[in-house]
Amino acid sequence: MAATSACVETPPSTDMSFKKALAVASPLTLHIVAECPVTKARACDLKLPHCVVSTPVFMPVGTQGTMKGITADQLDALGCQICLGNTYHLGMRPGPDLIEKANGLHGFMNWKNNLLTDSGGFQMVSLVELSEVTEEGVTFKSPYDGKTILLSPEKSIAIQNSLGSDIMMQLDDVVSSTVTGPRVEEAMQRSIRWLDRCIAANSNPHKQNLFAIIQGGLNAGLRKTCLDEMTKRDVPGFAIGGLSGGEEKDDFWRMVTLSTDHLPREKPRYLMGVGYAVDLVVCVALGCDMFDCVFPTRTARFGSALVPWGSLQVKHKQYAKDFKPIDPDCRCPTCKRHSRAYLHALFKSDTAAMHHITIHNIAYQLNLMRSVRQSIVQGRFPDFIRAFMRRMFPSREQYPSWAVDALASVNITLE
Amino acid sequence: MAVGWMKLEFSRVLQGGSRLGVLKGLGRTGQHSLEVPGCLLYSRCGTVPHLTQDTLHNLDKLPSVTQVSLDHLAEHQEVLEEFKEGFKKFSGLHDTVLFCTLNDPATPSPTGYTTNKTVSVWGSGGRIELTAAKFMALQKLLQPDCYVSMADGETWQDNTSRKRVRKSVERTLAHLDECLLVHQASQELEGAALFGVVEGGDVPEERSRSARETAKRPVAGFCLDGLQSGRLNGALRSQLIAAVIKELPEDKPRLLQGVGRPDEVLACVEAGVDLFEGFFPFLVTERGCALCFRFDTAIDPESGDGTPPSESTAEPNGDHHPDDPTRMTSFEMDLKDKRYRDDFRPLVEGCGCYCCQNHKRAYVHHLLATNELLAGVLLTLHNTAHYLAFFAALREALAADKVDFLKRRVLGQTETST
Ligand SMILES: [Zn+2]
Ligand SMILES: [Zn+2]
Repeated sequence: MAATSACVETPPSTDMSFKKALAVASPLTLHIVAECPVTKARACDLKLPHCVVSTPVFMPVGTQGTMKGITADQLDALGCQICLGNTYHLGMRPGPDLIEKANGLHGFMNWKNNLLTDSGGFQMVSLVELSEVTEEGVTFKSPYDGKTILLSPEKSIAIQNSLGSDIMMQLDDVVSSTVTGPRVEEAMQRSIRWLDRCIAANSNPHKQNLFAIIQGGLNAGLRKTCLDEMTKRDVPGFAIGGLSGGEEKDDFWRMVTLSTDHLPREKPRYLMGVGYAVDLVVCVALGCDMFDCVFPTRTARFGSALVPWGSLQVKHKQYAKDFKPIDPDCRCPTCKRHSRAYLHALFKSDTAAMHHITIHNIAYQLNLMRSVRQSIVQGRFPDFIRAFMRRMFPSREQYPSWAVDALASVNITLE
Repeated sequence: MAVGWMKLEFSRVLQGGSRLGVLKGLGRTGQHSLEVPGCLLYSRCGTVPHLTQDTLHNLDKLPSVTQVSLDHLAEHQEVLEEFKEGFKKFSGLHDTVLFCTLNDPATPSPTGYTTNKTVSVWGSGGRIELTAAKFMALQKLLQPDCYVSMADGETWQDNTSRKRVRKSVERTLAHLDECLLVHQASQELEGAALFGVVEGGDVPEERSRSARETAKRPVAGFCLDGLQSGRLNGALRSQLIAAVIKELPEDKPRLLQGVGRPDEVLACVEAGVDLFEGFFPFLVTERGCALCFRFDTAIDPESGDGTPPSESTAEPNGDHHPDDPTRMTSFEMDLKDKRYRDDFRPLVEGCGCYCCQNHKRAYVHHLLATNELLAGVLLTLHNTAHYLAFFAALREALAADKVDFLKRRVLGQTETST
């Protein structure tokens, strides 16, 4: 990334007719395969430059251009059609120039399916101390060499253009979802202005899709304003941002459902940072198509395996003599070969133990979404949700109230 | 005599002592074989470090024998007692010969804990003391296809007295007798091959005595202990191995413990060693390096082969520290080095491993720089493939009378790179 002075540009005109005239047919098509007659859920085929993605889809996060010890072939074999790379990390190391020389992030990590990159802004605000947001962009001190760096909308897109991702995210002004007051509106308005700058900066619109990010905190009015403004832009897809940051779940789902109510039917909707199984199922019902979260791969490193009844802590003593697989019904390579007891023992000797759990967890997430999709296509998504909740929670009393309310809002009553 | 089906068949025995052949009839049912000279597949707790079975099987021509060590297994005794079906089934290893040794060759154990009746292993929970009875109880639970008898190998330190060396030989023979008694009466170990351990420190007479006495026992093979890298110079090691081998029968395999450097492997094969522990690639991986030494023998390196050094597929950049097995050797390249940051070549040109077929040096460098777990996975795949290919080249060279070419190729690099 360049130094502060290098990349400040005057924000281009926000005149909409100008923008529309420049718009190129996007390298993305969304074919709606089925819509749930009861909820807002839908199953789509999302055609991206590297392959078709079946939605609803969970996208595993490979921060540094690698998926936590899993080879690209293993990830592909699990059926992963799209995964994430982080612009902030990759922009720092090895840097956009090197990745461009390697034929983009696809070439660098030898990944043949689709990639989505974030804008780098969120990471910067959350990882780097002393970052500062101005109209120009996000200024921060590099943790590697201490230099002051400005990440402007133009710079973020330039890096993402170098990475060559199939879906790029606009730089947005991120505020914590628990912040209230004028800062929320400022961030929302700025995110709209930055979206226009990102659209203008995309040097590769015929190969790389730029998604807008709906902001507005937990304020329905601001969300609505943002939705109205952003949906006027001709972008290939929309993300729902600024959630999943510690807000009340009651606020969370209301903002999600408000967003999907106003997003265009023919474009994909990506709910950022969501990956817990219950959240995924509920938010599919609310009309979201795409999800990402570091949780399934991060938690694997600590021996936490995801199962239909919650999670299983492989390192806990109780599994030392448990000779069953993690999930007897799971058909992932880990469950087909190894027992809880062996994985428990292996955690004491080698990192491959983590890889086994990572593979299982990614398989769990992808299988969950495949089952969701299948039930939508077969017109039995409401039944799927009920069975899923019964399996996940020991009793009706333990169903989280927000999930019950959210599902009720889309006509699903849980017995 | 519980020696199982194991049978060593030679296709060639060279004058110096090198033996080329196949160790046949491995495994409880005798269906596996292993070419010699060769190495075992190194594992920790039944897993090749960093690899799942899927990634491991990206490698072809894997050795049919997997090594495990009690360092990693002893602490799981209770679990295996409950499991009852042996370690292979416990660890999901279906189609391999399980070879159990006492210590992990890649992790030196602390010394000073050996007694007349016990040896110690170090697991994740600390030291576990083993008597011969406990040692054999463990073996019955593990149900390996081959295992190495309990031994007092604590003679490699400097200034070990002759008296201490003698004691180690005595103790090891006593342990062997105790192990054999249990072995022969054990149903669980029926068909398993027990290897006797030759000790004797750096005292040739004790080495000979240990070998002679061990050879009198009904063992399936021999394990040469206390000669590991970094503890004695190559000339002395070769001399000691020669003293041992003079006392050993021709028809039983000889495994050398703790030696893995390619130059040392070559010397020890010439001295008559058949088998090595395959831990060297693991050490290389752990320091972020890739094996890149050459072992092609198609053309004699001295007669000029038209490959100028500048076109060499890899540039080893290690210094020579034969005394310290944890230090980088001249057989490898340090991928953490900045020079590989924008190097878009495979680790080794022409290498058929998964890493070299799919990734570039720049990517592996990036994974190392960012401490990503995939670095260990990819390096293990390459280093294991390279090391196994070296053994294959060694066998070919033995068959085609080209060992001298091979030596010049492998060692030549050592001389020119410093
Ligand atoms: Zn599984
Ligand atoms: Zn290779």
